[in-house]
Order: sequence, then C-alpha cells, then structure tokens
Amino acid sequence: MSLKLNVDRAKDYYHQMLLIRRFEEKCVELYSAEKIRGFLHLYIGEEAVATGVIRTLDEEDAIVATYREHGHALVRGIPADRVMAELYGKAEGISHGRGGSMHLFDVSKRFYGGYAIVGGGLPLAVGMALADRRLNRDRVTVCFFGDGAVAEGEFHEALNLAALWQLPVLFVCENNLYGMGTALKYAESETNIAHKAKSYNITSHQIDGMDVIAVADATEKALKHIHSGKGPVFLECLTYRFRAHSMFDAELYRDKKEVEKWREKGPLVTFRKKLEEAGLWSQIDADTIEKEVEAVIEDAVAFAENGTWEDIADLEKYVYSPEVAS
Amino acid sequence: MSSETTYREAMREAIRTAMQEDERVFLAGEDVGRYGGSYAVSMGLLEEFGPERIVDTPLCESGFTGAGIGAAMNGMRPIIEIMTVNFSLLALDQIMNNAATLQHMSAGQINVPIVIRMATGAGKQLAAQHSHSLEGWYAHIPGLKVLTPATVQDAHDMIGLALADPDPVLIFENALLYNAKGTLDITLKPLPIGKAKVEKEGKDITILAYGINLFKALEAAETLEKEGIDAEVIDLRSLRPLDDETIMASVKKTHRVMIVDEGWKSGSISAEIMARINEQAFYELDAPMGRVCTMEVPIPYARHLEEAALPNPAKIVAMAHKVMEDA
Repeated sequence: MSLKLNVDRAKDYYHQMLLIRRFEEKCVELYSAEKIRGFLHLYIGEEAVATGVIRTLDEEDAIVATYREHGHALVRGIPADRVMAELYGKAEGISHGRGGSMHLFDVSKRFYGGYAIVGGGLPLAVGMALADRRLNRDRVTVCFFGDGAVAEGEFHEALNLAALWQLPVLFVCENNLYGMGTALKYAESETNIAHKAKSYNITSHQIDGMDVIAVADATEKALKHIHSGKGPVFLECLTYRFRAHSMFDAELYRDKKEVEKWREKGPLVTFRKKLEEAGLWSQIDADTIEKEVEAVIEDAVAFAENGTWEDIADLEKYVYSPEVAS
Repeated sequence: MSSETTYREAMREAIRTAMQEDERVFLAGEDVGRYGGSYAVSMGLLEEFGPERIVDTPLCESGFTGAGIGAAMNGMRPIIEIMTVNFSLLALDQIMNNAATLQHMSAGQINVPIVIRMATGAGKQLAAQHSHSLEGWYAHIPGLKVLTPATVQDAHDMIGLALADPDPVLIFENALLYNAKGTLDITLKPLPIGKAKVEKEGKDITILAYGINLFKALEAAETLEKEGIDAEVIDLRSLRPLDDETIMASVKKTHRVMIVDEGWKSGSISAEIMARINEQAFYELDAPMGRVCTMEVPIPYARHLEEAALPNPAKIVAMAHKVMEDA
C-alpha cells in the first residue's frame, strides 16, 4: 500500500463505492418498475475505477466518460437526486430529461458527459486538453472508455494526437473483458491494451481495476507525470462487469462461474480485506456509511418521483444557443 | 474601401484578421501549415502565426474534428479545415453525434463554437470520391448551421460570422471558386447568417441558387433577358437556416420558381425548398416549380461525362423556359 491510506480516505472510498453500488441496485428495481426506460448500463463491479481515479483529481480537471457513467457522475459530486431525476426523464434532471442514463452532464463539476458512441469521447478529450494548453491552464482531462473502444479508429486517432502533441490527457481504459457480448479475445489481435497504447509512445500501465487503492495510486503518479509536461498517460484498469451489459442482455456469452469468480474479488470485498489487513476496517463505521448511502438514495428517488415533466412547449429548446442580443 | 481580390485571398484575409483579433482562434487540418493548405487558403499563415495556431494534423478526420469540438467546448474558437466534402464523412460521427447534439443533450450547459470549412463540388475531373456536394445532407441536421459562400465578399464575411456564432457552423467552399475574382469591401456590415440575398432583381421567374451555381444562374439570367424573360436570381447563402422570408417574398413577386442545386435531386435541399414553397406560398404559384440538379450518378472522371452530370447555364435556361411555358 504505497498510497498513504488514512481513515478519512478509507471512509471516503468506501462511501463512494457503496453509493455507486446501491444507486445501481436501485436503478435495477426502478427499471423493472418502468420508472427508468431506454438503455441502462450498470457499473456494478467496476466501482473502484471511477472512485480511485476521480477522487484523486483536482476539481479543475475535466472528465469525459461513456454511457456507463452513473458512477463517475456520482463520485464527481453530481447530486444523486439530479442524476436520478435525469434517469426518470424529469425536468429536474441534470440534463432536463434530454440526455437520460447515457448522457449526464454537469459543467459546473467539469463533467463533460456521457457519450454513447463507443470511442466518440476520445477525440473530445484530446481537444479539451489542447485548449487547456493553449490557454495556459494547468489542468488534466481524464477520458474513460471501455475495451470495446480499442477497436474503433477514433481510439487510435486520439492516442496518436495526444502523444504527438504531448497533451495533458489521462486515458483510462475500463477493461471489463467484454464489448457488449463479445469477449476481448474475439475482438483484438493484441489483448494487452496497455501494450497498444505504448506503441504510440504513451506511458502506459496495466493495473488492478478491482483495487481502489491501486487505481488511486496509479492515478496520482499519472497526474504527476502529466503535470510535469511529459505528455499523456494511459491506464488499463482490469475490471469486470457483474451485471448484464444492459437491461436487454440475456448474458448468453459468458459462464456464470466466471462471474462468480470475479465477484469474489469485487471492489468492495477487496477493499474491506485490505482495510482489515491494515487494521482500519473497524474504524470506518461501515454501518453508518450504509445508512447514509441509503438515505441519499431514498431522497434521490423521492426527488425524482416528485419531479415534473419538461413542458412540451420547450421541446425545441437547446438546439441552438439562445440569441445573443446585439 | 473596396478592392479586387480572389475568393481564396478574401478567405485568408478573414482568417488572418480573426486570428489577430482573438487569441482563441486557431486553424487545424491536413496540410494547412507547411504545405500551405490543399487549396492554398492558409498559405503564409504558418509563418505569421506559428505551428501552435496553424496546426498540421495527421490524416484522421474524425480525430482532429473531434479535437476541434473538444477545444471549442473548453474555451477555444477553432477553425477546422477538411480537405474535401467526401473526407468529411470520416468525421461525420463527430459532427453529427457530438457537435450537433451536445447543446441539447446537456440542456444548454455546453455549446460548441466550432467552424468547420471544407471544399465541395465537382468540375475538376476528380471523380467520385472528391467531387460531391453534400451540403444539403448537412443541412438536414438540427444543431448545425450550413453556409455556402458564393461571392468574394461572403468568402470573407462568412468566416467572421461563423466564428462569432456560439454554435457549430459548417462552411462549404466550392473548389472552383477559390480563383474567382471579385470585389471585397471590408468595411461593409456582413449580411447575417440565415439571410439570402437578391443578386439580380426580376419580375418573371425566381431562380434560387447557392455556391458556384449562383454564377451559372446569373449567366442564364443574361441569356433569358435577351429572350425577353426577366429573371430574379437569389443567392441562398445559408442552407440551414433557410431564409424562408426572402424566398417567399420573391415567389409572391414572380409567381414562378426554379432551383439550381449541385446536390442530387432525391432528398435534396432543392426538394426541401420546394416543399416549403408548397407549404407557405402554394397559391402564389402560376406554374409547377422546376429544378436543375446534378444527375443521379457518382461524379464521373471523363470531362464530357462530368460536365453532362452537372447543372450549367444551358440547362438552367431550358428549365426556366419550361417553367415559363407551363400553365
């Protein structure tokens, strides 16, 4: 444990990961109750990645994520009630019901979405970092994407540009071994994704994405590297999605035993074990955290339930910027 | 303050002025720097502004267009140059799925003040992967604005208009126009985005055109004049938004309309304009509307085939006669 892990930090990580876990579990319920519609992609099993990375960032750093981004949004501090209201499609949602589960945005938290075209967010992250450098702002743009994105042309274009121009981008590959139902080994000639990134002259590491401390540790080192002007860093986080790809997925492509095996090293289980070894578990008061999280989620559901529907008269709002008086 | 210059130089001058006035403006694209721009629009700008602001990119349309969008989201005013409209299809994901949607998906939290310029059109024997006119396609997409400068004045003015706009603006530059000469008056207040311009007044028939076809239409109008037909020629300038007001005012005046469009007829911008006239001014029409479009083939290489595929003044004159004689 190279990262200095104190009780406060341990509490925070546990709280964040549990918040994601319980939020996503509630989403399953609400989906079955038809409160949430459309596509719903759950982050259960992968909580350590978003938590370890995002809790290590500065508040000025920007985040570009994917359509499996509830966890990232929550960890970034976007209020759970605004996220839940968005999943309900309510006017009080963070995107006023225009985006839904796959398109969460909160610019005040420098959370830039929510992209549902696999690989489509990577060039944006490159451009955001380019802007920061041009405007002399010492900030980092973090770009999350899955292993599926690695097969897309935009992945390679973006990595090349970021390395060529030595931009302050942290690429975080959430390798959960499946692009929807196709295993990585059926999609990639080289399944070590960090190796691919290395071929673009990017500092790359493959890390244990089930271990929040390992993720936070790697992120801290990566940020140092980037701030010192040495260009982008690539982290391949080995992780696993415990639930189906989306609510329409019958999971015919993987063995239940495989899922069970990964559950045993799930991020919450792993973290608890580590805390126990370090003698910190008894100090974090897990029951209180559980209750706090439960209350946040109850409030979020109530907020969404009590939310209002955007007026259809406003349907065509937000297509173009409001007219600026000349 | 007016002077004679070329379309290319007018555009370069506008880019130069914008870069001098606003540090946030930069130009990026394939061969815009050391090569000077594939159509030489940016010739000399690298020396003046340096490689941080005149940015040569690798061949990755999606990558550098997406990077432009990201930069625009984060405080810059990028001008992205795509060599030719056919290549823009490689960036279509970024243009359609990101630039055009972010304002809406984020409920107004994000706007994308990007300018994307590209060469369009046929006439240089470049065959079916360098010659198409897809501006009408882009005009289909809510969230985008689509400009088609025809004149030297607009080649200049539309750069400034596009950069001042808070949303994504696409500029389609007909490749045959870069050498065209015309008058530029930099003291003129630019005609806003979304305004069409009556280039020649007339009372008998309205000819709507954009880009290089404006000049074909004007040439046709001269011929028609000798034949006793007084055509009104309108430069659409902007395909999204379309200037319904100017179009309908002309229809009410002449009662006969034809459109010249270098896109293919099926699902084209000319079809959209006809539909709007039908919706808004049907009872003003004295005859069915006509149009001259590109033949429904991929643009061929051989000169005579390419010419036969495209609108030209003779076809415009013939169609004008048909519209005049009908009903």
